[in-house]
Amino acid sequence: MEKTLRRYFPVFVLPTLAAFVIGFLIPFAEGLYLSFCKFTTVNNAVWVGWSNYVRALTDATFSHSFRFTVAFAVVSTVLINVLAFLIALVLTRNIRGTNLFRTVFFMPNLIGGIVLGYIWQILLNCLLSRLAQPLLALNTTAGYWGLILLMCWQQIGYMMIIYIAGLQNVPPELMEAAEIDGASPRQTLWKVKLPMVMPSVTICLFLTITNSFKLFDQNLALTGGDPNHATEMLALNIYNTFYARAGAQWKGIGQAKAVVFFILVVAIALIQLRATRSREVQQ
Amino acid sequence: MKKSAARRTPGLGWTVVLSVVCALYLYPVVLVLLNSFKTESAISTNTAFLLPTPETFAGLANYVDAIASKGFLRSLGYSLIITLSSVALILLCCSMCAWYITRVHNFLSRILYLLCVFSMVVPFQMVMFTLSQTADRLKLNTPWNLCVIYLGFGAGLAVFLFSGFMKSIPLEIEEAAMIDGCNPIQTYFHVVFPILRPTMISVGVLETMWVWNDYLLPTLVLDIKKYRTVPMLIQYFRGSYGKVEMGPMMACIMLTIIPIVIVYLLGQKHIIKGVVAGAVKG
Repeated sequence: MEKTLRRYFPVFVLPTLAAFVIGFLIPFAEGLYLSFCKFTTVNNAVWVGWSNYVRALTDATFSHSFRFTVAFAVVSTVLINVLAFLIALVLTRNIRGTNLFRTVFFMPNLIGGIVLGYIWQILLNCLLSRLAQPLLALNTTAGYWGLILLMCWQQIGYMMIIYIAGLQNVPPELMEAAEIDGASPRQTLWKVKLPMVMPSVTICLFLTITNSFKLFDQNLALTGGDPNHATEMLALNIYNTFYARAGAQWKGIGQAKAVVFFILVVAIALIQLRATRSREVQQ
Repeated sequence: MKKSAARRTPGLGWTVVLSVVCALYLYPVVLVLLNSFKTESAISTNTAFLLPTPETFAGLANYVDAIASKGFLRSLGYSLIITLSSVALILLCCSMCAWYITRVHNFLSRILYLLCVFSMVVPFQMVMFTLSQTADRLKLNTPWNLCVIYLGFGAGLAVFLFSGFMKSIPLEIEEAAMIDGCNPIQTYFHVVFPILRPTMISVGVLETMWVWNDYLLPTLVLDIKKYRTVPMLIQYFRGSYGKVEMGPMMACIMLTIIPIVIVYLLGQKHIIKGVVAGAVKG
């Protein structure tokens, strides 16, 4: 069968491969090359060596957005996962209304980042003006916590679903055995349930961390980086370097920042996967 | 007797607590809904919390404005065309490609698989400029052929998910079909495709959520003066009309959310299953 199938390569693989080359491989390779060039379009690139990287890494807005993104990612990852896990614990206890609650908590996931950003901008600005505080466009603290709130609102439902699936896969025999052995509910949680859902924890941590680092739409719509780039995250900073700055040198610097960003995301993903995989229990 | 009462009370307590949390959870959307029925002057940061009164009630004026002069229906049409064509193309091409990769064991298959996994981690900012330039050069910059770009950039995840599932399909069924005289194309459409249905739905849900809500890719590739998808339209309110017209914007937001909620309520089971399947594989 393998031999016959091999002859059908043009039918089965070629369309996807061609699109993949156009939509990913060429742009990726060009992106790497252009990060060493000065350019405004792909056709007028001039090789400049490492200078884009030097400029990118010494750019104060870039390092600020890096610190802001890290602060955001840490807090939102912890909050989302703790809250989602707690809700999942409650929703696996067969209480009344479980299906309705699950439906409601998951809903914000389906709404796009831009729309979510504007919904929360309206709400938060009203709240801030009632509290006689500066509005989002002038208020870095509110921008930071607003982004975290928005991210929690959107992601808790998604992670909750994954945790529920994990909790439902814990074999009932294990729970019974723990009960017979006289384990308290707290002991069952820490010694039985949590180790058994470690695969779900891995997945959720991975998703929340990478989502937080790559966050763009919500950032653009909620704060747009205001006031004065203070709430700009990495992805938005790169976008603004490309499209909001005058001068021929900025596109190259933006592309260099994008490469740094890419390496960062890959490194985080690898470290994170390795760290949690080693703690999983063999099922 | 006493024991069962004691056991039921905490459950009820949780129901009450979660009901309150759910109400708060829905509040942002309700706020936008209420304001979408108010007149422009009644939607300021000080008055947005107030319920519409007879003086500030605007009826459907904001919705009419959103549809008539802000071009909502056109945007909806573009979003539908792009999403439907992209998801259909991704499902068909990527499942075929994944079948080939899992059944043919050679160097090329392994390289393709690794490249797909790799492309899933790459952030869009890495390729956004070069991708939009490539799309321009190849004239892939209209809503009718943007699906090629989506196929290329979305192939990684889809091929990965499909091949994860295909490893669990027994080879014997396909071999039997081949021995009975089916060529690979027939085998694929008559045997493999039906088995793949549940996975198709999962991948379809994930890809639809992505393409429908995507903002940056269409903004960079399409000509914003000619074609605006729904997310682009909403962002355009702030960008280009000078002072933001809050009323029509709220109406647009509601018009965007309502179809999503309806689809979600109808296909909830599939959507949640799709998310779990996608996440567990990822």
